[in-house]
Amino acid sequence: MAAEQKFTPQTWPESPEQATLEGKNKFLGFWFFLGGETVLFASLFATYLALKDSVPSDTHAKAADLFELPLVFLMTMLLLTSSLTSVFAMYHMKNYNFKKMQQWLFITVVLGLAFLGCEIYEFNHYYHEYEHKFTSSAFGSAFYTLVGFHGGHVVFGLSWIIALMIRNAKRGLNLYNAPKFYLASLYWHFIDVVWVFIFTVVYLMGMVG
Amino acid sequence: MANLHPNSGDPKVTYEYRRKKHAEEMRMQVITFTMMIFFTVIAFAAVGAGFSKWFIVPFVLLLAVVQVIFQLYYFMHMSHKGHEAPQLFMYSGVIVAFVTILAFVTIIWW
Repeated sequence: MAAEQKFTPQTWPESPEQATLEGKNKFLGFWFFLGGETVLFASLFATYLALKDSVPSDTHAKAADLFELPLVFLMTMLLLTSSLTSVFAMYHMKNYNFKKMQQWLFITVVLGLAFLGCEIYEFNHYYHEYEHKFTSSAFGSAFYTLVGFHGGHVVFGLSWIIALMIRNAKRGLNLYNAPKFYLASLYWHFIDVVWVFIFTVVYLMGMVG
Repeated sequence: MANLHPNSGDPKVTYEYRRKKHAEEMRMQVITFTMMIFFTVIAFAAVGAGFSKWFIVPFVLLLAVVQVIFQLYYFMHMSHKGHEAPQLFMYSGVIVAFVTILAFVTIIWW
């Protein structure tokens, strides 16, 4: 099947993301990358757990002083819902409905931006209200590295999805871009996987000491 | 629907069968999502209710693991056929991740 071939919903293959050799290779390579990302985030989690609440003096805020559950809950709901909307987008991709796929991707991007806004507010709040800085303690360094690296992934994921949406806006779906959309959505889910551990290990476990 | 057989060779039938299968899968995804929301609410509620630390930590970790399994197997389609290589990659990653965290935590705490 040629990558630029025109399709109808009837002739669109069952697994368009793996219908070409390029698609198959991308699929395999991307999962390999996600396995590596798991290890990378594990090293950041390990560092955070080892250095949690390691502050030079009692004037520095610790985890239980900083975190506020309502904001973290809101951020979790935003990211979790955006994960579902990207599943919806891939559902329409598999049904060869380009317009609806773009609409759901757009909603995913909006939710992702809302999450990012909350995180920027949060970091700003810690910095100004609690003097909790990257350089103020080992705890601060470990916290901002872990949570900030996840935030960086959100920024990259959003840029990726937006780039795909704009780049392919007039092209429609074909076997050349179907793997690209599919992998971007896998990446977005992986960001949510990491966040599940961040809200559990950093925030929820941080609240109980 | 007995006549909607996937291998009947009739493109129209195959198409309708696939549409139906996708719609069914979508319902599963919504159920998955509902359960993930439920687990999240329970985890936050357990911390908010102020139970003992020795109950909360293993409890919320267990909920996180279950939620991630849902995400990987349903949202990321790892339950589908042809995902043997992704499973190899992810489980290898998880083993290294587990050892790394265990090593760091035990070095510092003991």
